[in-house]
Amino acid sequence: MYTYVHNKQEADPMTLPYSAWQIAKQSLTNHKNWTPAWRTKQPKKHYDVIVIGAGGHGLATAYYLATQHNIKHVAVLEKNWLGGGNTGRNTTAIRSNYFYPESVALYDLSVRLYENLSAELNYNVMFSQRGMLVMAHSEAEMEMASRMTNAMQINGTDAELWGRKKTAKRIPVLNYSDTARYPIHGGVWQSRAGTGRHDAVAWGYARAADKAGVDIIQNCEVTDFIVEGGRCQGVNTQLGEIRGEQTAMVVAGHSSPLASLAGFSLPLHSYALQAFVTEPIKPVLDTVVFSPSYGTYVSQSDKGGLVFGGALDRVPSYGQKGNLPMQEQVITGLIEMMPIAQRAKLLRHWAGIVDVTPDSSPLIGGTPLPGLALNCGWGTGGFKAIPAGGFLTAHYLAKGGHHEISKPFDLSRFERGELIDEGAASGIAH
Amino acid sequence: MQQFPCPYCGLRNETEFHFAAESGKTRPDTNTPIDDKHWSDYLYQNYNPKGTSKEVWMHLACREVFLMTRDTVNMDVLEVQALRGEHHD
Ligand SMILES: Cc1cc2nc3c(=O)[nH]c(=O)nc-3n(C[C@H](O)[C@H](O)[C@H](O)COP(=O)(O)OP(=O)(O)OC[C@H]3O[C@@H](n4cnc5c(N)ncnc54)[C@H](O)[C@@H]3O)c2cc1C
Ligand SMILES: [Zn+2]
Repeated sequence: MYTYVHNKQEADPMTLPYSAWQIAKQSLTNHKNWTPAWRTKQPKKHYDVIVIGAGGHGLATAYYLATQHNIKHVAVLEKNWLGGGNTGRNTTAIRSNYFYPESVALYDLSVRLYENLSAELNYNVMFSQRGMLVMAHSEAEMEMASRMTNAMQINGTDAELWGRKKTAKRIPVLNYSDTARYPIHGGVWQSRAGTGRHDAVAWGYARAADKAGVDIIQNCEVTDFIVEGGRCQGVNTQLGEIRGEQTAMVVAGHSSPLASLAGFSLPLHSYALQAFVTEPIKPVLDTVVFSPSYGTYVSQSDKGGLVFGGALDRVPSYGQKGNLPMQEQVITGLIEMMPIAQRAKLLRHWAGIVDVTPDSSPLIGGTPLPGLALNCGWGTGGFKAIPAGGFLTAHYLAKGGHHEISKPFDLSRFERGELIDEGAASGIAH
Repeated sequence: MQQFPCPYCGLRNETEFHFAAESGKTRPDTNTPIDDKHWSDYLYQNYNPKGTSKEVWMHLACREVFLMTRDTVNMDVLEVQALRGEHHD
């Protein structure tokens, strides 16, 4: 149904509210009168804000600019189709089990926004708070797990320390053998964590932003910045020049090439991150599990596929396909931690290009070029952060300065030496 | 599995190699005061190019550090260069 709706571009641009009543009503006319979820627009000459990149963060930024700050002359420019970047490629784990107070404040804001997002957007983003366990495999790791649990609780989010018995009762499908490569001792449980529907997050924000008056322009690659008087005044695109009072680049793994067009570099490396899904099987796993030792995390989708992934590829890359050694590591990790998975056939495998900072924390705020802001550096874990990232970037643009929560994530933290080192704190993170 | 050429050992599996950094950075002279910006640029900034990239790599098996020029999109190795001594072709 959604595909049909999105492609029917000549129809009435009025957004129909989605509801059971609407489905019943549309069924009377054989579902022929559904309208597009967003309009297809040609760019205007000038906007208050230009957002580059229609991933979740770019679309959410535009949505919150329009709805929270009443800034309606906003364009989102996307070189491909919206949601086709990392937002449409991720494994949808949503959680706030981070170590540092700054991170918990950021990611927990996001989880709280997710909790109400389907209702707010009138679009079911299928946020399922099925809980997540980060496993510990030795006494020493249990010590670290208890430190993590304490830190999370002190920082105001929910966390429980689970032992082996509780884990085995709640998640029986894992490998509890004493001879397992990494025996399971327990782990850190976050009950409000879970999964969402990646496309729905992009589509829901796009539809709601469009309804609020935002122009979403697909197939419109930004090729250069217009810099006059030392300030960014807009962008050049394949559809011509578009001017903006302010511009925000929200392009994840492609942030460095854009930054170099704007005349600066960023503390980023781009890597391929891979993910996998098996054929659908009967329900065996109703939560998200992650083992830093095996280097694998997994959940089961509503369709029944085991959705899993692991660490970054070892070699910086812009080639949107993963390499074999990492596949082997992730797949062997999965079948050792969940042996029944070895019978399942792999259905699909893919990769996205993610932007990794030295401290595995994101970048939000200004750039060396006045008039140009950024939101990037989410690396392997920015799907969970889409509502907060958009909310905070919109705040930065509208108020001309940081919200308390985004302040620590400013680019200037590297010069100040105030890194928020979640790479070391939460291990490989998704 | 991709193979990378070590200037000393020849073609080896990619898992034997470690990416260290982009090449071309010069460590600021710390005998004289340097400002925070230059120091943090040295530590953290990267060009992170899409396309040709010249990088410092280590072959973990022989522990030698060398320069490798790669295409970061199609992963082709364009050139390797030893940083010292003689190397085998
Ligand atoms: C395999 C994989 C698994 C992941 N798993 C998780 C997970 O479980 N949980 C989690 O929280 N996160 C996860 N992530 C990370 C998450 O997907 C990203 O951090 C997040 O989607 C980033 O959103 P974004 O909007 O910033 O970027 P994207 O969704 O990548 O959007 C950026 C957009 O910018 C566009 N663009 C680029 N250059 C230009 C240009 N010059 N002009 C116009 N448009 C341009 C791109 O086409 C793209 O659509 C995963 C990522 C991958 C790849
Ligand atoms: Zn060697």
